[in-house]
Amino acid sequence: MSIDLETAARVAKLARIKVEDDALPALAGEFNTILGFIEQLNEVDVDGVEPMVSVTPMRLARRHDGVTDGNQQDKVLANAPDAREGFFAVPKVVE
Amino acid sequence: MSDLTKLTVAEARDAMRAGDVTSVELTQACLTAIEGADALGAFVHKTPELALEQASAADARIKAGDAPDMCGIPMGIKDLFCTKGVASQAGSRILEGFKPEYESTVSGQLFDAGAVMLGKLNMDEFAMGSSNETSCYGNAVNPWRRGNDDTALTPGGSSGGSASAVAADLCLAATGTDTGGSIRQPAAFTGTVGIKPTYGRCSRWGIVAFASSLDQAGPMTKTVRDAAIVLGTMAGHDPKDSTSADLQVPDFEAMLTGDIKGKKIGIPSEYRMDGMPSEIEKLWADGADMLRDAGAEILDISLPHTKYALPTYYVIAPAEASSNLARYDGVRYGHRATLAQGDGITEMYEKTRAEGFGPEVQRRVMVGTYVLSAGFYDAYYNRARKVRTLIKKDFEDVFAAGIDAILTPATPSSAFGLGEMAEADPVQMYLNDVFTVTVNLAGLPGISVPTGQDKQGLPMGLQLIGRPWEEGDLLNTAYALEAAAGFMAKPGKWW
Repeated sequence: MSIDLETAARVAKLARIKVEDDALPALAGEFNTILGFIEQLNEVDVDGVEPMVSVTPMRLARRHDGVTDGNQQDKVLANAPDAREGFFAVPKVVE
Repeated sequence: MSDLTKLTVAEARDAMRAGDVTSVELTQACLTAIEGADALGAFVHKTPELALEQASAADARIKAGDAPDMCGIPMGIKDLFCTKGVASQAGSRILEGFKPEYESTVSGQLFDAGAVMLGKLNMDEFAMGSSNETSCYGNAVNPWRRGNDDTALTPGGSSGGSASAVAADLCLAATGTDTGGSIRQPAAFTGTVGIKPTYGRCSRWGIVAFASSLDQAGPMTKTVRDAAIVLGTMAGHDPKDSTSADLQVPDFEAMLTGDIKGKKIGIPSEYRMDGMPSEIEKLWADGADMLRDAGAEILDISLPHTKYALPTYYVIAPAEASSNLARYDGVRYGHRATLAQGDGITEMYEKTRAEGFGPEVQRRVMVGTYVLSAGFYDAYYNRARKVRTLIKKDFEDVFAAGIDAILTPATPSSAFGLGEMAEADPVQMYLNDVFTVTVNLAGLPGISVPTGQDKQGLPMGLQLIGRPWEEGDLLNTAYALEAAAGFMAKPGKWW
């Protein structure tokens, strides 16, 4: 499996990371090195093996479905790059 | 008392309780040492006022009697831990300016027990690295050097600042985190002790997430006894982390008897790598002899899927990272890129993440995105999860056959020079974790203990791997190994 420039650009887009066109060849090369390393996994016989979900056999804890936290709008917004009138502010989303 | 910063946690605790020294004196000594150690790049956010305030409170508590073990102990906290009101950046530009409104469970438990925070410690960006060279703060530097050669060496990574600070006696202990070896490899590179506990032993709540199914916090200390003391305070059930185990935390320190007679120690043949330096091979053989002399039985074992651990890790860890790091979008915290006229929300995400993430983080996020993308999920991600099941089964099989602990080298080499790997491809750097990453994939406890020095005088460590939840037994075996090895060397001060 070889990553071409188009695939590298598509992955960057999916990851929402801007990659300039002139940086794509190097990126594709690195992907190919890493994926080449990962290809070794194809040697392993995994027939009938369950994919691991949790490293510790445990049932996820449950709790009463009730409000345990909240009422801290100021704290939630304290680190926002742009907060206005109690909201996170972002560029225009819909035309 | 002279050389206060050289005290171990146990010595400092006992001295404070005996009234021979106060936490304020100890803390002041550490702050002075830190001020003179900027060349190590270990402390990246210093908190002297907070430290002295905590130290005064600790002294009052010790005076009143019945203070916990960690009361008054000056520590460094890895930058990955969210600390209330104190910059917590995970070594990344994207979290510039972020000051959490909350405290991570682990650091909170330490502070509740009276521990003193001297500041935040350098690390690879988002804990992604093995040399501390991906940090937005610049390199952390190893206090150890090759003889008289002044080449700057890596303290390892990702907990490089923690390892450097403890090795250089800037603090008595530090917190670290370990996703593929990030506590144990830096410990081995700096002649310190580092334990990654069983997955679920320490709460992950409030620790910036890298790969959630692999991440665990643990202590980095000068001795095995200190590791037992600090881990005892860091560990414990936390309802805020659904993977945190609801189990009693034993008194780890009380379990350090040094008696390992009859313990079965496995030596896995698959860890004998081609091209392994002869010094590492000898270190390993010597370690086995030490444990045998202490009364343990040394047995050859096989962990057949070992060679697939690194490729498995480099599917699972980036996949989880790509999901975890999706939250850095320039909306809720940290950096937001300056936008051009007409830029919409997608441009904001893309520019923010391109500016905020360094090259290694970008690479891993994109590899993770790729292996999870439509059409490749089964071929890569699901296959890796199946191989992970087999890797864990390898360990279950040897433990079922009666093995108590497994002895391996901690790293394939001693510390390398900063910049020496700059031309290598990313996979070369990943090989640093070849002996440690299996332990994260299997969720087991592992500890790195310094047991020797190479011919250039650099420290080298061995790793012991234990059964799940049996950190106490593992620490005791490590304690016996530490006593037999008698590693006492310290780096000469050049900084």
